[in-house]
This record gives sequence, C-alpha cells and structure tokens, in this order.
Amino acid sequence: MNEGKGNILVVGVGGQGTILASKILAEVLLQAGYDVKMAEVHGMAQRGGSVVTQVRFDQRVFSPLIPKGEADYLLAFEKLESLRWLANLRPGGVVIVNDLELPPVSVLTGQAVYPQDIPVKLKDRAGTVKVVPAQKLARECGSIKSQNMVLLGVLAPFLGIGQGEWERAIAQIVPASTVEVNLAAFRAGWEQ
Amino acid sequence: MRALLTGNEAIARGAWEAGVLFASAYPGTPSTEILENLARYGEVSAQWAPNEKVALETGIGASLAGARVLVAMKHVGVNVAADPLFTFSYTGVNGGLVLVSADDPGMHSSQNEQDNRHLGAFAKVPILEPADSQEAKDFVGLAFWLSETFDTPVILRITTRVAHGKSVVEMGERKEKGLAPFKVDPGKYVMVPANARQRHRAVEERMQKLREFSEEFSAKRIEWGRERRIGIITSGISYHYAREALGEEASYLKLALINPLPEKTITGFAGEVEELYVLEELDPVIETQVRALGLSVWGKELFSALGELSPELVVAGFRGNGGEDTAPPEGVIPRPPVLCAGCPHRGTFYVLNKLKVVVNGDIGCYALGVAPPLSAMHSIICMGASVSNAYGFQEAFRAAGEEGPEAVAVIGDSTFLHSGIPGLLNVVYNGGRTTTIILDNSTTAMTGHQDHPGTGATLKGDPAPRADLEKICRALGIKDVRTVDAYKLAELEAGIRAALQSEEPSVVIVRRPCVLLKGRGPKGFYEVKRDLCRNCRLCLRLGCPAIEVREEQVWINNTLCNGCSLCEQVCAFNAIVKGGEENE
Repeated sequence: MNEGKGNILVVGVGGQGTILASKILAEVLLQAGYDVKMAEVHGMAQRGGSVVTQVRFDQRVFSPLIPKGEADYLLAFEKLESLRWLANLRPGGVVIVNDLELPPVSVLTGQAVYPQDIPVKLKDRAGTVKVVPAQKLARECGSIKSQNMVLLGVLAPFLGIGQGEWERAIAQIVPASTVEVNLAAFRAGWEQ
Repeated sequence: MRALLTGNEAIARGAWEAGVLFASAYPGTPSTEILENLARYGEVSAQWAPNEKVALETGIGASLAGARVLVAMKHVGVNVAADPLFTFSYTGVNGGLVLVSADDPGMHSSQNEQDNRHLGAFAKVPILEPADSQEAKDFVGLAFWLSETFDTPVILRITTRVAHGKSVVEMGERKEKGLAPFKVDPGKYVMVPANARQRHRAVEERMQKLREFSEEFSAKRIEWGRERRIGIITSGISYHYAREALGEEASYLKLALINPLPEKTITGFAGEVEELYVLEELDPVIETQVRALGLSVWGKELFSALGELSPELVVAGFRGNGGEDTAPPEGVIPRPPVLCAGCPHRGTFYVLNKLKVVVNGDIGCYALGVAPPLSAMHSIICMGASVSNAYGFQEAFRAAGEEGPEAVAVIGDSTFLHSGIPGLLNVVYNGGRTTTIILDNSTTAMTGHQDHPGTGATLKGDPAPRADLEKICRALGIKDVRTVDAYKLAELEAGIRAALQSEEPSVVIVRRPCVLLKGRGPKGFYEVKRDLCRNCRLCLRLGCPAIEVREEQVWINNTLCNGCSLCEQVCAFNAIVKGGEENE
C-alpha cells in the first residue's frame, strides 16, 4: 500500500467534475482506514476557471493543503492545467493527464498560444506520465460527462485499494440514473 | 458514526445535534452549504432570507421566543447584519444564537478579505474558531452553551479552508432543547437609551466573566514539542499549517475561543518557550493583544497579512524569507473564470460595450462582464451598490453643471431583492434618471443556484409566492419598465437604447434562466459554415468559451455550445447556423 500515505492533486477547469471525482476518492480512502483531508474551491472559479482539489491521506493528516512540491499524484482533467500545477508535484511523481485541450479565453481570441510542449515538460519532472483519451473512452461508455470517472479509474490502481471498494463508492455517490455509465467509465480507466 | 464532512456540513450537523429549531441565511461563498445541509433535517425550520440583516433579525426574534438559532453568512454579509448584531450584543439572548461568519482569505470568491475576528472586540461578542470539520461540529455545541451561559450571541468564525475542507467527523445524535420560556423584560430587550446604558454595563461585565472563563475553557490546548525553543500561538486552519510545517519541533498553544483571549494562559505559555510566535491569517488580531500583554512576539514581520497562509509560507516565514505570495509558473497562460457558454448575461455586456456607457456593476456572476473582450464594467463595490453608484455618478456631473458620460447600473435578480431596492427608491425620490438593468436569471447563480423570493420556491423546496420584479419597480415609482429577452440581441439593444434616452428613471429587465439550470436552457448547438465565413472574427467579441480560433479559422466547439444563438445574431455573413442533421 504505497507507504500508507499520499498526496493527490485533482486539477481541471470549472464544470469538469473534479469535485465529484475527488469526493469518491476521499470516501474510498476513508473506508480503507486512513485519516483523510480534502480541500476544494467553490464559487467564482467554478465558472470555467482553473480549479483544484487537494486530497491527502495518512495515519494522521494536519494541513488540508499539500505543501508545494509534495504531491505524489497529479490527476489533470485538462492539459494546460497539468502544467499549471506541475511544480506542486514531487520530482518523480505520477501525472495522469486527460488528452484534452480547453483553450482559455486569451487563446480562443488569438491573443495567446496554447503551449505545445506540455508532454515534454511533464516528463522533465514526473517519473510516470499517463496521457489518457478520457473524452473518447467516456463517449464510448455512453456519456462524455463521465470523463471524470475514466480519469479516476486510471488513478485508482496506483493506490492499492481493490476495484470492488471503488465501485461500491461510485455506486453510492453518483446519481442513481448514472451509476451504470459511471461504472463503465471507471472500468475503462482502470484498464488503461 | 464517522463520516468525511466539509466544515459547512459539520456545522449543519452540529446545529442539528444541538437542537436548533430555526436557521436563516443569505447565500454567500464560502458559507452557502451550511443552510443547504440544515434544510435536510425535518426538525429545523431553515430558510433563505432576502439578505443577511433580515436573516439575523429573524434569528433574533426566534431567540427571543426561546429557540436555539443558527444564522450563517459570508464575511461581508456580516457587514449587512452589523446593525442588529451590535445591539443584539446588548440585549443578549433567550434561546442561544450562533452567527457563523465565513471569511474568505485569499478572496477565492469575494470582493475583499476583511478579517471578521475584529468583530469580537468591536461588537463585544465571544468568537470561537474551529480548525477542521470535527471542531466545526463540536464548537457549534460549545457556542450554544456559551451563548446561553453568558447571555450573548456567539460568532463561529470559519475560513474558506475550514468551510470547504473535508475531514473526518465523529457524529452524535440530536438533543431536543425545545423553547426556553419567553419572559416579558423590556429592560433587557427594549433598547431605548435608558435601558441600553444599563445593558452596556452588563455587556462589559459579561466580557470580563468570559475573560476569566477563557482560562479554564477546555477547548483550547497546549501541545508541547520535543523541545521548548519555539512556541506558537495559533488557531483555526493556521494551526494545521504550523503542525504540518514544524511538527514536533515546536510547541503550540492552540486557541478555540479567540475573543476574549486567555491572557494568563498566554503569558504562562510564553514563559515556557524561548521564542514566541503568533501564526494567524490576515490581520495581527491575536498578535496585537499578545504584544499588549508586554510579551515579545514574532508575527506579521514573518507571515504575510495578505491572502491565505499555507504550509510552505509558514516554512518560508520561519526561514525569514516568507510573506511573499507564490508566483504563477512560467509560461502557463492564466485561466480566469468566464461567463459560461450560453450565459444569458453575455448579450447585455456585448451591447453595453458597444454603447460605451459607464457600467456600475454588482455582486454575482455578471462581475465577469469586466473581462475582455466584453470589458463592460467600471465599478463593483458590494451587494446592491450598483444602482446608487450609477445615480451618484450622474448626480455629481449634474451638480457640477457638466454633461457626463451615460451611466447604467447592472444588478442581478437576487442581488436586487437583497439590497438594490432602496437604491432604486432613492433614484426616484431624488429625481434621478438612472437606467437600471436587472439581469433576471431566476436564481442566485454564483453561489450555486439558490432560490430567493423571486423564484417561487423556498430553501426547503416548497412553493412560495414569486416576487414580481416589474411590479416592485413600478411600485417604487419607476414608470419606464421594460422586459426584454436576453437571447434576442436586437430587442436587448433597442430596450437599453430606449431606456438611456428616457428623461425619467428607467428599468430594463433582461430575462432568461441561468443556462446551468437543468432543463431550462436553449437546445442544440451552432456551427460555422466554412464557405460563408469571411474570418472577420466579430463573433469573438462575445467572449464565448465555445468559440475558438484554430489554424487561423473560427470554430464552435459543439460540446461546449449551449445553443443561445448570440453568435448567429452577430454574424454579418450568415455563416453561423444551427447545427444538427440538416447541416451534417
């Protein structure tokens, strides 16, 4: 069990479902017997801004914020956001990144250029980089909105907790009508 | 039972366990979810009030009737509720009353980062500050006990990281408190000067008793480290940052009651350590009082008074190179929040930008109208300020005998009902001709879609009479009231132009439900016809996140597009059309 502790940064763009994914993540870690803390951001940033959720687990956790450079995992729902938070990853840490570009307004209007060297920069710092076609996998599972579960599914095997515990938590937390789609998306991620 | 709760969920749970019968609030980040969670408990009458002043005043009424009451608001909401708070401090309570002040260091979603711990000395009320969700729940119970024991409202002060941080909570069961008997007591509750003079004396005596009690209050604690060189006085989330950064290398006096402070405990702790530090976010509230005890202490020289602290800022502070905020990483384009694709506010700001008028804004999603390319916002102060700001702006030019620029007020439906109405009444009363644009999206959107008196539903989801904005404006004396469709640009522009030309005060209600309200938005998506597009990029002036430039051409991202059709309307070459089967 991965030294029995860890720091996970879940980053993305407001509206992508980072909070729901983090909620499931934190719940599974709690059930596994850890002390867990999580910090999230609500309000204005959720209107298409950069969002981050921090999840920490250990025998005892103090700060809900991960000290800079000490995140073990960076779960990024969007490529530019992976770069924004990269310095928070410990050298040699794991990056799981959605192969998705959501250009900020300055790029949309042609005033800035979306960086093209993101994978290279990620590899400079991370020990493991997994680029996940979450949009495509989610669509195949029946809903493009389940990208968050695909990405969670890619992260899950790293944490040493059985697939069954994850699926139980998903079934409990997501709305009843979306359980099947979300479970399918999670499994698609798990198999990556 | 153990559960992972946010601080806000824990406060709701704590209030329910403490036997709270009545709760009221106006939504405001980071406090909103407290009432949303309390509303799930059948035993509690939980309500949205039109504003924080009404929330607290209703709560005071319920306290006088003998109920335990919780009132919640964001830090700036307490400014609105300050008038009743300061005098309620004099009367004291019948049933216990806890006011949650949710402060927002770092301004994740606020217009300032005022430190409401100052209210302890200012309003002369005790303040409890929890550091995590367990304490948030437990301190609610302690706050009710303090409130009833010392006959005072109690402030539970939280910050964003406690409100929206999740941690493990051991839950309890509800203890019914019922109603304390109501006693007629004008000397205590009727604050005419003669009575208030007596009550002021009672307040000072109460604070002295609380000062003495604070020494024995068991919610605070001292944690001795491996050695006693560094001693840190702290409370709230800062305690956890300190523990994270220094662990067993330091000793900690972790406070719970931060007003009044346990002076003897502090002096005793200071005497046991070689170097004394105060670690607190924002203002040196504790530090100043520690200095006043004649103690030598390090504080704001090392730890910034701006924004939030963090474990790394604590480490940097102790190294003597702290206090600076961390810079954004190099080469990463910022991603500020934007009006959503299909947002019904977009058209109004597109038109206001085109008309080049001075826009006095207000608090809500529409604050994002300040961002390029819409760039149509010139002031934002506080809830309800837009209308009075716009009128005052115009009146100054009139008084100076100068022709000023056209100015308008832009205010949301919930904000208008919160505190825009007196401003509009003032325009009428003083003979202004201000144009007020009410962006009616039928919800309190920014805080996560709460109902309000204009939506036809209560916090508990029951049907409610729907306040009629047109009739309210007319009743205030506005004769020129027109309602336009937020998705019809020509109608919107004509409406605003006509209102601006009006010789009397006018209101334009721009109406469409928030695009994020399920089932109430437009359908489908739009796309660009390549053969018709001249690449003029006029559509980019809408600042819609669904319209992008790729390889020097304009595209509409059909997974983001919500089908509002504004881009179709601005396109001069009919190159933007409804997408779907016929066009594929």
